[in-house]
Amino acid sequence: MASASSSTAVAERAARETIVGSRTPSMLPLMAPSVIVLLLWMIVPLVMTLWFSFEYYNLLNPATTGFAGLDNYRYLVTDPDFWASLINTLVLVGSVLVITVVLGTLLAVLYDQPFPGRGVARLLAVAPFFVMPTVSALIWKNLMMHPIYGIIGFLTRVVGLAPVDWFAEYPMLSVIIIVSWEWLPFALLILLTAVQSLDHEQREAARMDGAGPIAQFFFITLPHLRRAISVVIMIETIFLLTVFAEIFVTTAGGPGNATTNLAFLIYARALLQFDVGGASAGGVVAIVLANVVAFFLVRSIAQRLEV
Amino acid sequence: MKQSLAQRVLIAVLGWGVALVLFFPIFWMVLTSFKTEGAAIATPPELFFKPTLASYAEVQERANYVLFALNSVVISVGGTLLALAFAIPAAYAMAFHPTHRTRGTLLWMLSTKMLPPVGVLVPIYLMFRTLGLLDTRTGLIAIYALMNLPIVVWMLFTFFKEVPHDILEAGRMDGARVWGEVWFLLLPLTLPGVASTGLLSLILCWNEAFWSLNLTSSGAAPLTTFIASFSSPEGLFFAKLSAASTIAVAPILIFGWLSQRQLVRGLTFGAVK
Repeated sequence: MASASSSTAVAERAARETIVGSRTPSMLPLMAPSVIVLLLWMIVPLVMTLWFSFEYYNLLNPATTGFAGLDNYRYLVTDPDFWASLINTLVLVGSVLVITVVLGTLLAVLYDQPFPGRGVARLLAVAPFFVMPTVSALIWKNLMMHPIYGIIGFLTRVVGLAPVDWFAEYPMLSVIIIVSWEWLPFALLILLTAVQSLDHEQREAARMDGAGPIAQFFFITLPHLRRAISVVIMIETIFLLTVFAEIFVTTAGGPGNATTNLAFLIYARALLQFDVGGASAGGVVAIVLANVVAFFLVRSIAQRLEV
Repeated sequence: MKQSLAQRVLIAVLGWGVALVLFFPIFWMVLTSFKTEGAAIATPPELFFKPTLASYAEVQERANYVLFALNSVVISVGGTLLALAFAIPAAYAMAFHPTHRTRGTLLWMLSTKMLPPVGVLVPIYLMFRTLGLLDTRTGLIAIYALMNLPIVVWMLFTFFKEVPHDILEAGRMDGARVWGEVWFLLLPLTLPGVASTGLLSLILCWNEAFWSLNLTSSGAAPLTTFIASFSSPEGLFFAKLSAASTIAVAPILIFGWLSQRQLVRGLTFGAVK
């Protein structure tokens, strides 16, 4: 039935295109500008990054040039900072994903329930997503987490504890808190949209059959959200792999290399040490990492895409 | 579903409690922006105080705040308009004259969005240096347009798809050319969709902080970069930081609230409905 109707639709569309198509000018001039600029935007820098990663190329040392073979990569993998940055990247991405997805799911269910002023409460809850990263980071670092003047320091003193110097004692945890605060609203927005599309009759039926709220959550809501959760995970991963501004304005990768992630390492190599070759080798690693995730994300989008 | 009174109270308390905790840093930032520097670091923190606009005035005096704000506006609006100019024809072609390649083209466009910016930082920086585009508005406008082009094409495509073919065909029968068809029929019909697409692009440009931090220093620096200058130790003036941040965040927060729905649509590429 479904296949029959869809094949009729295809036939109809094809027929319409042949009738109208003869009078329609080629679509090439309309498509070409976007395709060409995106192609250039993707291919040229990508090829250049690859090329530089096999070259001796340091802006401070113009004398040494030429083909480096795998030297840049060899230098990269023998550099303890690189492995530290890779681990930091994974810790940051992993922690923020767990925090935002778990809390985001619970909050989505919470904000699906009616209560007085729900609309306003939702607006307040999603607000952090619209705050620019440099503002989020500095407001948290100074107004919230400053050991003497910050609100959190004040609260810890009120309950009689010693205030914590967050960025000195727990630098990575501090960055994770800030980034999670920015991305929790994103997870909430997307998952709330998905929860609202849940069939209420189905839940009602489950309730009639004696399923409690917890059983309903695990056997109806969570399976329904599976797809949305996987999309949130993939999109967040792509952005979180290259968190930069938050680290740049709070810790500058430190203390030591405690908060240097891959993005910050590449930035430091390229624009602080002017080692173009080494930075490019790092860039290739970042691209490969992102592509693993992107592969699954594109496949997931493709399933829903109707053309 | 019937809930007991206790349950309903619990839900309301939780819902409001979470919302207030999440919003608190923003609330505190706005509050601090109306304090004097002395009051901003008072312990215990003051909730009630005599509000002053001194910090706002000082921010403008010490740095040319208006220039940074203007840079943000010019770059965001420029990037968005440029992206729309490229995307509207492409989205029209794909929505109304699809071929067997359309699906693949659309997915390929989305996949370009997944290239991590840091992976191409080096070549882009060197190209900008060679072309004299470092610290120029033109440079950032181009980057932002390219950055958002896939999302803009995709969103416009989904909005255009909802327009019945017959309406455009009727126009075509009346002899409208392609440009006329797009300009006089399609765009007026899909204006809300086009507007929300533009709004999403505007939000993304305004808050972008990787390229702006790396490619601008002073002349073309938008607000994201200006705020970053408060990270230096001598910039530790809470009231001024809050004042500068509040003006930087306020307009986009309101836009964001207005366009939440479309945001979900745009940011997930339709994978979540």
